[in-house]
Amino acid sequence: MMKKNRSLREAASAIPFLLPSVVGMIFFSLLPIVISVFISLTDWDGLAALSLGTLAERFIGFGNYQNILGGEEFWRVLKNTCYYIVLYIPLVLIASLGIATLLNKGKKGTAVMRILYYIPVLTSWVAASLIWKWVLSSQYGILNQLLALIGIKGPEWLTSEIWAMPAIVLASVWKDMGFFGLFLTSGLASIDKTYYEAATVDGAGRIKTFFKITLPLLTPSIFFCLVMALINAFQLFPQVMIMTEGGPNGATQVMVERIYNYGFRYFKMGYAAAFSWLLFIIIFILTSIQMKLQKGWVHYES
Amino acid sequence: MKKRRIKTMLAAGLALIMIISLAGCGGGGSAEPENTADTDANTTVAAEAASEAANEEEVTITFANFNASGGNEETLEEMYLAFQQEYPNIKVDIETIGYDDYFTQMQTRVAGNTAPDCYELNIENFAAYAAKGVLAEITGVDFAGINETALSAFNVDGKQYGVPGSFSNVVLIYNKELFDQAGIEYPTDDWTWDDVQVAAEKIKGLSDDIFGIYAPVTYNEFFKVAAQYGGSLLNEDKTEFTINSAENIQAAQMMVGRIVDSNVQPNSSQMGGMDDWSLFESGRLGMISTGIWAFGTFTEECDFEWDICVEPGGTQKATHFFSNAYVINADSDKSEAAATWINWLASSGEAAKLRIEKGWDLPAITDESVLSAYLEITPPENRQAVFDSLNYLVTPPIIEEYSLMSDIITGKLEEAASGKITAQEALDQAQAECESRITLK
Repeated sequence: MMKKNRSLREAASAIPFLLPSVVGMIFFSLLPIVISVFISLTDWDGLAALSLGTLAERFIGFGNYQNILGGEEFWRVLKNTCYYIVLYIPLVLIASLGIATLLNKGKKGTAVMRILYYIPVLTSWVAASLIWKWVLSSQYGILNQLLALIGIKGPEWLTSEIWAMPAIVLASVWKDMGFFGLFLTSGLASIDKTYYEAATVDGAGRIKTFFKITLPLLTPSIFFCLVMALINAFQLFPQVMIMTEGGPNGATQVMVERIYNYGFRYFKMGYAAAFSWLLFIIIFILTSIQMKLQKGWVHYES
Repeated sequence: MKKRRIKTMLAAGLALIMIISLAGCGGGGSAEPENTADTDANTTVAAEAASEAANEEEVTITFANFNASGGNEETLEEMYLAFQQEYPNIKVDIETIGYDDYFTQMQTRVAGNTAPDCYELNIENFAAYAAKGVLAEITGVDFAGINETALSAFNVDGKQYGVPGSFSNVVLIYNKELFDQAGIEYPTDDWTWDDVQVAAEKIKGLSDDIFGIYAPVTYNEFFKVAAQYGGSLLNEDKTEFTINSAENIQAAQMMVGRIVDSNVQPNSSQMGGMDDWSLFESGRLGMISTGIWAFGTFTEECDFEWDICVEPGGTQKATHFFSNAYVINADSDKSEAAATWINWLASSGEAAKLRIEKGWDLPAITDESVLSAYLEITPPENRQAVFDSLNYLVTPPIIEEYSLMSDIITGKLEEAASGKITAQEALDQAQAECESRITLK
């Protein structure tokens, strides 16, 4: 009895310290999320004073959802977003894996290199986008000039319908590979050295060691990075807004870009809210599938 | 036992402080003036003194704007000081917010009932705000001295919902040196687009790197060029779209043909991510159709001589008219004082003089003597063209779903400019899409 009371009292004394964060989370995250469900069921324009009465008189049930799913725009931007994801995820994982592996040797200067690779992560997307816009310029950008040095005529990147999305993928991989590289580095560090010793004793070469020992034991970290990268990639937004504004000819219009325009420029906040919830459902389904599938390929050390 | 009690109370007290400071953070946002608290305190003290002395009611109103951001905040302060000389009983809390954040913030504040008593809107958003009933009709002030056309742009169904704070328009700016090199006469106010095409081709012929003209192929340009061929995007009473009318198609074909057919205007890959102003400043562009707000930048950046003229016409002339409106919050209980302030800002001689002196922008007033100070500043020499343009101005076709319409049309025009579809197809598709996605009242 006494033990239970004491632990309860100890727990209770933690409440005041948790309160500010929890209160913040409730009012600035949870409550708006719940309210947005109701907003998505109305045709509120985002301008009329928000109140229960306003929402009630603009109630249209699932009309927004029907319009979105029945229109061609939703599926088109979903396709664009998926195009981005199919290009971005493999590239960013391979790049971060490469960095993590190369910088795991413990040679001189790896600490500095690690910082250099992480700096892009710390930059703001606005600044990075503006610079990448210049780098990718078909006439004056460094990228095409470098390609010309080795005899390749660079594509028109941001002004080409085919190459605009790959251009954005390029900038995104540059910015994020340090972030995921950091996770993979700590994953690499946590691999027990005895495995490597056993492999050397058995006479395994470097490549075999990598694929048979490092990679399998790294799968938990890779899985984590995959889930995070996927969730993030569906919310692609600042690069698109600044580098291409959804162009050229709608080739880089993605889901969040549409949500922003509908909510803040076309005064269709209800529609935008419904769009956001559809995005959430898609991300949720994909993440659940990943969680289910992880048993097939992720090796957790027991 | 006592120790534990003190600990718990200390914890609760700390938690309370943290919550309160968090609430303070949440409200901070971007641009609340830091001396609001002081001003309010002073206001109450001054109010008591003033009411005893002058027996007039003291009013404090809140005002938000974006036009002053980026260099003109001081000018706005000076205007306020001048205003206080005339109306000492009206205090104004001025907020200046950057353009990029302004509209998302204003929309949120209107929805949350924390919008200021009066604020600024651009034409794009004015129609939506007015149609959704969040603006108050402006009554009880005299609009004398304000440009009629400017005033009419913010008149909805006979009621005045905004006063034009400033105006700007678009002119043809040309590179005198390139014209000299090509051996052709400078453009004059009677030029048509046919004359421009001839000149542009001669200038383009000077070198592969040089282009004759740049006029953006966007909605903003299109509705004006359409008017230059006698067309318009909506019918008279704004109940139907007339986007793919014969006159509009002619206008669009001219705009697109410059890029796709004769290539006197660079396409997007030839621009390579550079913007049109930079192209002109680099001396590789003969003529550019752009706003008068470019004068300051061009004066600094261009190392060649340039001048302006009224924009060429098609079968007739039509020029842009851009104006920002000051509006009053429908929920404000201080609309009288707010109306006095914004009307003063828009039409008073002192405000107008300050605006021109400090090189901010042009007041939408009719007083020629005040405007003449603007003419004295050079370059460009032919500043008179700015005022001559006013003789032909057309206002944008303002409907409630303005942004959606302009995005649809710009998107289709871009496709035509990239050669993907013809100008006719672009306008047909734009007509269809606007009809299906926008309901006109």
